[in-house]
Amino acid sequence: MLRLLEIEYNKLRYSRSARILIITYFILITFIALIASIEFNIGQIEFRVADQGIFNFPYIWHFNSYIAAILKLFLAIVIVSMMSNEYSNRTIKQNLIDGLSKKEFILSKFLTVIVFSGISTLFLFVVTMILGLSFSDFNEASIIFSDLEFLLAYFVKLTGFFAFCMFLGILVKRSAFALGFLVVWAILEKILYAFLNFKVFKGTDIATEIMQFFPLESISNLIVEPFSRLNAVQTAASQIGGELDKDYGIHWYQLLIVIVWIVIFVYASLILLRKRDL
Amino acid sequence: METILSLNNLTKKFGRITAVDDLSFSIEKGNVYGILGPNGSGKSTTLGMVLNVVNKTSGNFQWFDGKMSTHEALKKVGAIIEHPNFYPYMTAEQNLALVCKIKGTNKSKILEKLEIVGLLDRKDSKFKTFSLGMKQRLAIASALLNDPEILILDEPTNGLDPQGIHQIREIIRKIASGGTTILLASHLLDEVEKVCSHVVIIRKGEKLYSGPVDQIINSFGFFELKATDMTRLEELLQTHPKIGKITTNEGFITAILDDPMEADEINSFLFEKGLSLSYLNKRKESLEEQFLQLTNQTAQN
Repeated sequence: MLRLLEIEYNKLRYSRSARILIITYFILITFIALIASIEFNIGQIEFRVADQGIFNFPYIWHFNSYIAAILKLFLAIVIVSMMSNEYSNRTIKQNLIDGLSKKEFILSKFLTVIVFSGISTLFLFVVTMILGLSFSDFNEASIIFSDLEFLLAYFVKLTGFFAFCMFLGILVKRSAFALGFLVVWAILEKILYAFLNFKVFKGTDIATEIMQFFPLESISNLIVEPFSRLNAVQTAASQIGGELDKDYGIHWYQLLIVIVWIVIFVYASLILLRKRDL
Repeated sequence: METILSLNNLTKKFGRITAVDDLSFSIEKGNVYGILGPNGSGKSTTLGMVLNVVNKTSGNFQWFDGKMSTHEALKKVGAIIEHPNFYPYMTAEQNLALVCKIKGTNKSKILEKLEIVGLLDRKDSKFKTFSLGMKQRLAIASALLNDPEILILDEPTNGLDPQGIHQIREIIRKIASGGTTILLASHLLDEVEKVCSHVVIIRKGEKLYSGPVDQIINSFGFFELKATDMTRLEELLQTHPKIGKITTNEGFITAILDDPMEADEINSFLFEKGLSLSYLNKRKESLEEQFLQLTNQTAQN
């Protein structure tokens, strides 16, 4: 296992573009702190984000994992290109000839995906701890360490997304087209959702029930947007008469759906590779 | 003798096209083999199958008597196929270090092998800056990293200039003289003739011949003769029992042997009949002539 990771590490570390993207990704995560300095005026009211309690434990776990997950696109580019470059450089052929089995090849890529997600999660934990300890109004250990399941969800979310990217990289073999395919797939899921929701199952929850099983939808369902959970938004909503009773929690079945997708993507990659003549 | 690789009825179909048809042969340790065949005859597909990159349709193959799985066996094999494939953004040395990792061998041999192919001074240059000849030589260095039991080369001189071709051949010859088993696929007959002891000839995916180079066709060779009185020479040759077909071209008479005979025998035979020769040469068919004869024979059948 360590050998496979070392092989992958060797491939990545000399690639300048991969290095730049990975470093940018981690720097951007630390920039979440900058959100604290955002302020703007709505009419008479002066609005400072930092005052809205976004850095309060345990809400910060939710907020940061949601924001940091947006940045996953940077690593997605790295992963798609690390798959498809093996095809365009034809190095995958050489790897197999040199004695790497097809299973080992996929495993080495998937291990890299896990490591990327793991390091991101660890990094997010550290950044959030630092931010929270500096800005949070509550500093009791029991509060700090509640809602940690958001980190687990973040890890599964990243792994799921990257496994999808890995599969697309193998399927399409060209990084630009694979990323294009990713965007097209995301749009298709949204269109299908709109179609089901507003045409077929109008006025029911059936569309949402069905869509939660789709890959990108299930991945994005893991961490619900945190903004409407803020006090300011809640009060604003109740003032205009709306009631926000969203479920912000993380549910085991949502995690399970994504984990099943991860298994499907990894095996589908392996089957694709096994069936193909290089 | 130890068998390194054996193919049994190996077949590959791409849709309706049969690229490799029921191919069987085996590779023994210590010999230099050539796989010979025109372009598109299935050489690369055959190598692709035994190298785990092309899926076989039917039949099977075994590395080292089937003692280990294909990908384990490939760690003891050095192979380059058509294009040299490396990571363009990595240097020669970094690329070879990666191959070492995959093969699970020690990195200590990298510089030694770069030296053999004459790339030691370019070890820190990126692969993408290399010329085709250098890329091909780097590929050979990479194939040699594990001191392989067998070296497989697919069209190693394809697309190279004469100097590059010469360099690669010199390297192959050096490796062959060290006792390494080599399997060389090529459509260039003189290339195979120069380095190989055994050949496998395939055409349209079918095996026409496999065995030692000099036994491709049943032949005892032929004489090229010249004398002042050419008509008398031809008459006399026709009376000799060991001589078969006689043809005249470019001022020579070519007499093909039906039975083995040495040059001194025909010389004294003609001299006794009162004819002296101005030119006498005994030759065996070149690989090219043998190859053409063989492909013509099978075409006629």
